[in-house]
Amino acid sequence: MIKLEKRPMPSRTLSVATPLIAVAITMIAGGLLFSALGKNPFEAIRTIFWDPIFGEFAFYYRPQLLVKGAPLVLIAIGLSLGFKAGIWNIGAEGQYIIGSLCGAAVGLAFYPFDSFVVFPLMILAGALGGWAWAMIPALLKVKFGTNEILVSLMLVYVAEQLLASMSLGLLRNPEGHGFPGSRNFNDYPAGTSWINEAAGLHWGMVFAFIAVIFAYILLNRHILGFNIRLTGEAPRAARFSGVSPTRLILFCLGTSGALAGLAGLFEVSGPGGQVSIDFNVGYGFTAIIVAFLGRLHPVGILLAGLLMALTYIGGEIAQGNLGLPSAAIQVFQGMLLFFLLALDLLTNYRVRFAVKGAA
Amino acid sequence: MKLTNLLTSAAMALGLATTAMAADTKVGFVYVGPVGDGGWTYEHDQGRKAVVEEFGDAVETVYVENVPEGADAERVITQMALQGADLIFTTSFGYMDPTINVAKKFPKVKFEHATGYKQADNVSVYSARFYEGRAVQGHIAGQMTKTNTIGYIASFPIPEVIRGINSAYIHAKEVNPDIQFKIIWAYTWFDPAKEADAAKALIEQGADVILQHTDSTAPQAAAQAAGNVITFGQASDMSEYAPYPRVSSIIDDWAPYYVARTKAVMDGTWESVNTWHGIGDGMVGIGEISDAVPAEIKASALALKDKLADGSYHAFTGPLKKQDGSDWLADGETADDGTLAGMNFYVEGLDAEIPN
Repeated sequence: MIKLEKRPMPSRTLSVATPLIAVAITMIAGGLLFSALGKNPFEAIRTIFWDPIFGEFAFYYRPQLLVKGAPLVLIAIGLSLGFKAGIWNIGAEGQYIIGSLCGAAVGLAFYPFDSFVVFPLMILAGALGGWAWAMIPALLKVKFGTNEILVSLMLVYVAEQLLASMSLGLLRNPEGHGFPGSRNFNDYPAGTSWINEAAGLHWGMVFAFIAVIFAYILLNRHILGFNIRLTGEAPRAARFSGVSPTRLILFCLGTSGALAGLAGLFEVSGPGGQVSIDFNVGYGFTAIIVAFLGRLHPVGILLAGLLMALTYIGGEIAQGNLGLPSAAIQVFQGMLLFFLLALDLLTNYRVRFAVKGAA
Repeated sequence: MKLTNLLTSAAMALGLATTAMAADTKVGFVYVGPVGDGGWTYEHDQGRKAVVEEFGDAVETVYVENVPEGADAERVITQMALQGADLIFTTSFGYMDPTINVAKKFPKVKFEHATGYKQADNVSVYSARFYEGRAVQGHIAGQMTKTNTIGYIASFPIPEVIRGINSAYIHAKEVNPDIQFKIIWAYTWFDPAKEADAAKALIEQGADVILQHTDSTAPQAAAQAAGNVITFGQASDMSEYAPYPRVSSIIDDWAPYYVARTKAVMDGTWESVNTWHGIGDGMVGIGEISDAVPAEIKASALALKDKLADGSYHAFTGPLKKQDGSDWLADGETADDGTLAGMNFYVEGLDAEIPN
């Protein structure tokens, strides 16, 4: 008989090892899936994991990994702070949209004014927009005890409607022949987030790295970081030691909102280029996976974000070159989270093979 | 798979797979939805298959589906160009700027962007005059409705969609002066749940004909469940709902165009063009009008289709006024393509507002 026994302490080794094991099992299960679809599993796995980094066109894909990974990392870092404290911001997608709208609106208001102050103002507006959107669930939770999961999630749909309305109305390109979508920021040097477009570098990547470093310092060296971890691991102890839940909720939701807003701003003014109806592609939701895949640890999140980006880019190459359906790639990505969560059990529990009756 | 096979294939994958079979011409397709959407993307993929059928081994086609518009599209298009595509069809409006951007970096690769307006030396644009099909729909719908209420599931308030609403309305009104249009904006091209909700809401408001400018078959299913409501297939024939509720359809037929453009690349005669084909050129097809439609209505609908096809009749022929009552087209005057391409107003009589 197999028994699960709770470990007195979560295993540190397994906590680090499970993401790697999960990736390995995903490769095996994914390989089986691909061969069931009549494709060569080795070639498929190689195309997804190897080609973007070391293949013939790696010179193009490597910076693309950063383009795809930066918003994921930026958002996931913010989310991880709240998740550590048991504050569940599920609506980063909405904060991402509002951040992009606010930042883009500021940029478009200045168009075609050419000055170095435009972009910093856009960054500020983007962060503030995301922050303000996250403050709605935060304040409702603090004042009325509403559930931040539901409120933040529902606000994603509100944000999507706002996005559609803005791309068709207020922010629409006056020279766009009546089609939806704003002006393209790639044609507005003062308002673009690209540092060097040819090399595929934009400010979002810089901010993502800064966020990783700050989060690391905050969690390991600062009393606030200690309070966050304490609240998540031992809420009663946290209360006794005088941690204010209200302040923590406002801080965690506010920070994750601001970072999501920043991610939106960098995306809209660079890789995305313009406010359009379908501007958001789910970074806010994928970042939740990234946060957990990275064990809510800043460095882990950085690696997880890049890994996630790799499966996206590699997945596209596999579609184009091998004719894999996109649904198979999505299943493949889903497996990753599935196996990770399943293996998480081993971090907290020990498997015991006990003889019947002996236990 | 046997172990030896497995090992061989592993070795191939690690080392030799880069030497793929080299066809002379490689054609790429970027799709916004899944190839199995039964509508927009499905029809583009039918066009791709027609290219495969026509040229066989001389042409290799590749496609990537479910590509979000924006940064991801640019990467996918770049990837195709890097991998040696000679011709790339980008099949959604939102791919416009990405297509132009990539085209600048790959001057030797030819690009074809659907439904956009930005052309370049190596970027053609193409679209279909779907509004001609809408005219036929309106003609049938106006005579089939008993409640004089036609429900319209619109996607986004862009010229393409507004043109369709106007065309359907004009021709429904022509045969039924009491006609009323109820329009719901779904803000999506493909979302079965939302489309079903929209259809149900329209049916509750008394509509017994549902026209859709969204791509899923969900409205068809909703109409079938309601029982006394007719529909028209959108983008593809949706014949699985024929003969009732689906009484006809507008079919996008990209195959002839895709074959011709691929041929042009193979022959070295490809040039950047702006194509806007209708029923006459075969880009817009009218799906079979089912027996649920009385014979005389069917006959007059087919006559209208023929007139549109041979050019003796234009779907926007005056006298027509704009919704605000101002004059648009004088008696006998027809709309020019520029106005149609940027259409952002309703014609007189429509009791609705374009969301802004």
